Amino acid sequence: MVSTRATTDRTITEWLYRYVLFPIGQMLVFIVGAGVVVMVLAYLLAFLFPEPRPNIVLVDQINRQLPGMLIAGVSLGFVYAMIALGYTLVYGVLKFINFAHSEIFMFGSVIGYEVMRRISDAGAIQSWSPPLLIIVVVSVSMVCAGLLAVLIERVAYRPLRGAPRLVPLISAIGVSLLLTDAVRAIEAITRNEFNLTYPTNDLAWLKTPLPLAFGETTVNVRITSIIIIIGAVLMLVAMNYFVNGTKLGRGIRAVSQDMTTASLMGINVNFMISLTFFVGGSFGGAAGSLFGMNVGTVTPYVGFTPGIKAFTAAVLGGIGNVTGALLGGLALGMIESFLNGILVYFPALGQRYTDIFSFSVLILILIFRPSGLLGERVDEKV
Amino acid sequence: MRNKRFAVLVLVVVLALALSATFVGAQDAKVIKIASQTPLSGPQSALGSSMSNGVALAVEQLSGPLTELGYKVEYVPFDDQATPDVGVANAQNLVNDPAILAVVGHLNSGVAIPSSEVYNANNLVMISPANTNPRVTGRGFTTVNRVCGRDDLQGPTGARFVNELGAKSVYVLHDTTSYGQGVAEFFQKEAENLGITVLGYEGTTETANFEGVIQPILALAPEAIYFGGIYSQTGIFINQARAAGYTGYFVGPDGFDSSEFAQLAGEAGVNTYYTSVAGPATIYPDAAKFIEDYKAKFGEDPQPFAAQSYDSAAIALNAIYTAAVLAGDVPSRAAVASVVRATKGYKGLTGTVTFDAYGDNEVGLYYVLQVGSADPAAWGSNTLLKTLEIPSPYKALLDSGS
Repeated sequence: MVSTRATTDRTITEWLYRYVLFPIGQMLVFIVGAGVVVMVLAYLLAFLFPEPRPNIVLVDQINRQLPGMLIAGVSLGFVYAMIALGYTLVYGVLKFINFAHSEIFMFGSVIGYEVMRRISDAGAIQSWSPPLLIIVVVSVSMVCAGLLAVLIERVAYRPLRGAPRLVPLISAIGVSLLLTDAVRAIEAITRNEFNLTYPTNDLAWLKTPLPLAFGETTVNVRITSIIIIIGAVLMLVAMNYFVNGTKLGRGIRAVSQDMTTASLMGINVNFMISLTFFVGGSFGGAAGSLFGMNVGTVTPYVGFTPGIKAFTAAVLGGIGNVTGALLGGLALGMIESFLNGILVYFPALGQRYTDIFSFSVLILILIFRPSGLLGERVDEKV
Repeated sequence: MRNKRFAVLVLVVVLALALSATFVGAQDAKVIKIASQTPLSGPQSALGSSMSNGVALAVEQLSGPLTELGYKVEYVPFDDQATPDVGVANAQNLVNDPAILAVVGHLNSGVAIPSSEVYNANNLVMISPANTNPRVTGRGFTTVNRVCGRDDLQGPTGARFVNELGAKSVYVLHDTTSYGQGVAEFFQKEAENLGITVLGYEGTTETANFEGVIQPILALAPEAIYFGGIYSQTGIFINQARAAGYTGYFVGPDGFDSSEFAQLAGEAGVNTYYTSVAGPATIYPDAAKFIEDYKAKFGEDPQPFAAQSYDSAAIALNAIYTAAVLAGDVPSRAAVASVVRATKGYKGLTGTVTFDAYGDNEVGLYYVLQVGSADPAAWGSNTLLKTLEIPSPYKALLDSGS
């Protein structure tokens, strides 16, 4: 949908650079940056506390776990980043926090389960090729979650558009509770349970870890981590193209800058807002189904923790800023993964302190950069 | 005229009072209630509902003697949601119903411990089919009893079994609840006594994504993992741990014991081990009829602890009957509690019950089982590897003294 003049002016290499190489390069920089910073901190900790527990040499443990922690951090970070996009896009356009977004993520994971379950009940799950299965599951949950987000906006937020900003916030919390219990009720009635286990236990290709050698250590990488990383990169590239390279994306950007002026320029504001919700919701849904495949079992309550972390990631990166959501998600995922891997060796601490430390980091960063790592970009919020 | 009106009014008032008095009297004199408190909703409801069904079946089948005495026995199930606050709130509600003479429950020690404080303050007897934390009976309450074993004997049973498997190192996880952390600590102590290296001891409240928990475990490469927790968490954990490449033993306490574990863990759960204070109903010779009746009434197999719940309710009904005969009327709660504590040699479905001075069964049965199949329907046929008879600490003390 790039206008014809633009394509003739630009060569194909410029297009590739702008919409493929640059965003992927950006992600790489963020991953490497977050990874290096956290690694330095980890080794610093190992230097300060060489042997936190008898017979545990922290440096050795970190060396052994490093590749595993990095991969876990990246895959967790991409899940956070994909959810954070939903918060940040809506904030960019409407200036309010859509607290129901965590439930859209949950809805996506439940839809992913339903789709996979149906394929499995039809006896076809073994015969489908792995990429096809994943693409079908993820795209169905994307579409469903996107439509649900549009519906929520139409029913719960649009009538409150002129109201003070706290009012849609309350509405969002209400929608969030409603969705949790509606999904619980539907699953309880139709399936008589709400521990929804993805029927992936028999899929050998999904359950057999991939051994990767890093120097001396061999790390078993879960296939689902790889799927999350590949899926997220593809979708984030597509999203970057959509927002920055298409007419519709330009419309969203215009609405986020100034709603009234945009409507004077002939942009259908309501449509653009619905579209924003659709894009944000479908990213939440995709993250949900990928997360579901990774963890194996989802419940109607599964959205809360990832939702709150993703919101944190969005604030960390600078809310309203799409690149910030990506950076915030990757940074938070990396911090969490490293803390999980290292805190176990400290007596009296342990992993249950992970969240305390990650949120302390958040508070520290916000003290020095109140509008997040990349800041709340005023010129181009989407 | 005025006098006549007044006389009619007085008559009406007197009649109304008399009527209401007979109604109230009839209700109070006739109805005896047995309550249960188990999780009927939430992730642990598979076990909790089955426990409630066990009590319902016992009340239906065994209230004959009390009915003959002219009482009507009713069953009131409460949902503690596996949450301490809810359990205590329910306890405060149910002690206010004078017709409730006994409580069967709970599933979770962390819920039973605070709730039983309320029962004890009101002399209401609690018989627990499933609470294994030592503190449940360790506080010297005369109202608190259990038909099942204890974690300070169950945890070490697990450790000795890990030792027999030949594992030299173990990583201990728990779910931070009274139950999970308690049993994990007893496991850890015994494991250290046996010379097994404990590589880590970690509590986690995570319920979905265990990636961060698994990473350091893989780096430490223990030969066995012990997870003190409930199936809703441990089933998901082992599924992810195997997918991440963990190949060692996986052992846990009776919290694993539900067909939901097979559902959640899938193939990853096959050949994992758990200790239990309650064998599957199929291993008890007297339980065949119970399983049949249970299936006929509820349309599914009983989960673990259903037979224990049936036994608990049966002991309560027996005690209420005895106390009612002695009192010649509805017995007091204190009387029921003292008759329950005096239970000796009661032959239940799941073995013989004799309460010691603390309310523990004098000789507890402990089992070691192996998960045989990823099919939840086959949970009842898990392989029973060992059955151990271990006396309660008080009984052991008495025996060693004599």
